[in-house]
Amino acid sequence: MVFSAASVITQIAVLLVALFLVHKPLGIYMDKVFTGSRSSKPERVFYRLAGVDAGTEQSWSVYLRSVLAFSAVSILVIFALQRLQGVLPGSNGLPGVDPWVAMNTAISFVTNTNWQTYAPEATVGIFVQMCLLAVQNFLSAAVGIVVAIALIRGIVRAGTDRLGNFWVDVTRASFRLLLPLAAVAAIALVIGGVVQNFWSTDVTNQAAGVSQVIPGGPVASQEAIKVLGTNGGGYFNANSAHPFENPNVFTSLFQVFLILLIPSALPYTYGRMVGDQCQGFTVAGVMGALWLASTALMAWAVASAQGTATTAAGGLGEGFEQRLGPAASSIFAASTTLTSTGAVNVAHDSLPPLAGGVAMLNMMLGEVAPGGTGSGLYGMLVLAIIAVFIAGLMVGRTPEFVGKKIGPREMKLAALYILVTPTLVLVFAGITALLPDAMANAPAGGPHQFSEMLYAFTSGANNNGSAFGGITSSGPYVSAALGVAMLLGRFLPIALVLALAGSLARQRKIPVSAGTVPTHGALFGSLLLSVTVIMTALSYFPALALGPLAEGLIQ
Amino acid sequence: MKMYLRQAATAVRFLLFATLVLGVLYPLAVFGAGQLVAPFQANGSVVKDQAGNPAASALIAQVSADGSGAQSPEWFHARPSAVSWDPASSSASNLGPNDPKLLDAVSTHRAAIAAAEGVPVTDVPADAVTASGSGLDPHISPAYARLQVARVAAARGLNPGDVQRLVDLQTSGGAEAFLGQASVNVTLLNLDIAAAANRH
Repeated sequence: MVFSAASVITQIAVLLVALFLVHKPLGIYMDKVFTGSRSSKPERVFYRLAGVDAGTEQSWSVYLRSVLAFSAVSILVIFALQRLQGVLPGSNGLPGVDPWVAMNTAISFVTNTNWQTYAPEATVGIFVQMCLLAVQNFLSAAVGIVVAIALIRGIVRAGTDRLGNFWVDVTRASFRLLLPLAAVAAIALVIGGVVQNFWSTDVTNQAAGVSQVIPGGPVASQEAIKVLGTNGGGYFNANSAHPFENPNVFTSLFQVFLILLIPSALPYTYGRMVGDQCQGFTVAGVMGALWLASTALMAWAVASAQGTATTAAGGLGEGFEQRLGPAASSIFAASTTLTSTGAVNVAHDSLPPLAGGVAMLNMMLGEVAPGGTGSGLYGMLVLAIIAVFIAGLMVGRTPEFVGKKIGPREMKLAALYILVTPTLVLVFAGITALLPDAMANAPAGGPHQFSEMLYAFTSGANNNGSAFGGITSSGPYVSAALGVAMLLGRFLPIALVLALAGSLARQRKIPVSAGTVPTHGALFGSLLLSVTVIMTALSYFPALALGPLAEGLIQ
Repeated sequence: MKMYLRQAATAVRFLLFATLVLGVLYPLAVFGAGQLVAPFQANGSVVKDQAGNPAASALIAQVSADGSGAQSPEWFHARPSAVSWDPASSSASNLGPNDPKLLDAVSTHRAAIAAAEGVPVTDVPADAVTASGSGLDPHISPAYARLQVARVAAARGLNPGDVQRLVDLQTSGGAEAFLGQASVNVTLLNLDIAAAANRH
């Protein structure tokens, strides 16, 4: 296959220009969505139906309880209805889903991970896809966004314990932001060739003289929110490699654009809400620099075409779609792992070893460049607090962040946040590596076997959802371990972020003084970038060395 | 406890009504809009043969083997598929770049294709011996198509120059080839070949 550097550069340029053009209007729009006090008439009807008291704001602990109650109820409902699939309409003749798979899937979609331990074509019918999984594509993305908004409110507000109303925020994120964008994107995808119907079509294959069943389904509507909400769960098993999800190189590039759209505009919203656009630009700049560096690294690693089988084949090909090509696939692979998306348009398992390593590294960075919808921004803001603390230590000043003092409580919360995912990834991957029966689920031998397992827990704990697909994760141990990793990887950080928001909101504003370390500009940006990279490298280098680095450097 | 129950009750009602909008109305609206603005694409890009019967989806590969499983010489062949070109499922091989099983598969494909096309093994391009990510990609490289022209022309009694022209007509170009790579749609090409053979 042809790896074209010119194509990579062009696609990067197109993405950067397109995202630059929309980030300001979208950033302003999102600010208005969450700071406006008026509810529309349909929203008021919705609040009445749902029993939401839209007038009251919540403290951080009540906000968190709403997040948890909503997510717990969603998980239970999705689990139960998957189990009952056989007796429900829209099952497409499929039976109830296996309990382990149903549990893993329910957690996976509610936590914005969208790890798929099942092959959709053989497991879930239209009802489960459309009414359960696609709905969580909206709601889990909305939850991520509103937690980021609550953190920003914590920074902005002073002397209060109120962070907003979770139900109102989720309603607005879903219906004012995600729904209209998804509808437009879905129709564009249909025009590009993505399927949207409710039936399959029988055709007669002349070559073999047999009939072929062309599948159908509400694919475009799910595809749009799959990427827009950085979800990543495919309607089909092959995800965005499937011709009906991603028919050509233009839809592929459009999907990458949709993946990056909200996460890259949220820093503008942040800058606007805190009343200092330099803060937003600094965060966006760090995200952009990391994205650019990682995308270039991915393209380089893909172009290397390493691997004995790859060499024997005469170059890249295994797992790649001919119509998309390696350039479009390396761009997609980088962006899907730098956000919490996990959609794939190439089989990551068959990528050259170092390219698989870059995909893991991207997730290990904490998915902050630009990260998942909302989760990317709150992850980056926590890193900024760590960075300002380190800067404070260096110059001997009490750290401050955007007018708030970073005291022991704030630092404890930020430090715990940073520890959660590395702990989950390394403990689970470490324990699993000691269990021969569990490791048998990753059939490849040698370092690649460890890579498959490490990738799975990195993806689960970071709520990414992409996989080295050779792994079998439907058995009790792996699906349960991944389920726990996904749950803790999602809700522990959210709890810590909301606690941090609550603690910041209670403080009084402190005026900027000569001793304040500025948290904007190139100097702080480079510090933030270094902190992000060093923290990741220190946590994960040994694990990466056992997997992709070992495999990539052996030859 | 009472507070948790109240939150949970709100969550249930919220989920129910959100599902009505996001899980029912939204996909139906996209369905309606799709059927209006792009019914061909929305229904799977189904193309018809000369007799007017639905013959294929322009986006999905088809098996070109006869009943016994042997690749039929009269058709252009798509790339190897981990799901035997059956759109009831979709998957890659998911074998690692150093996997001995993949090495075996690649070598077997290479030898078989070289024998079938009567060319040295070194002439077989990478896409011909590797499975696509979906197992359903109908596209091959122009090099692999060129390799098959002589065989198809001979089996059909067609002029190789004419067959190559049909290949060129189904080869992507312009921005699509620049951003991706030049590709030949085998599913559409085979329909053209059948039509040309009928005229012949």
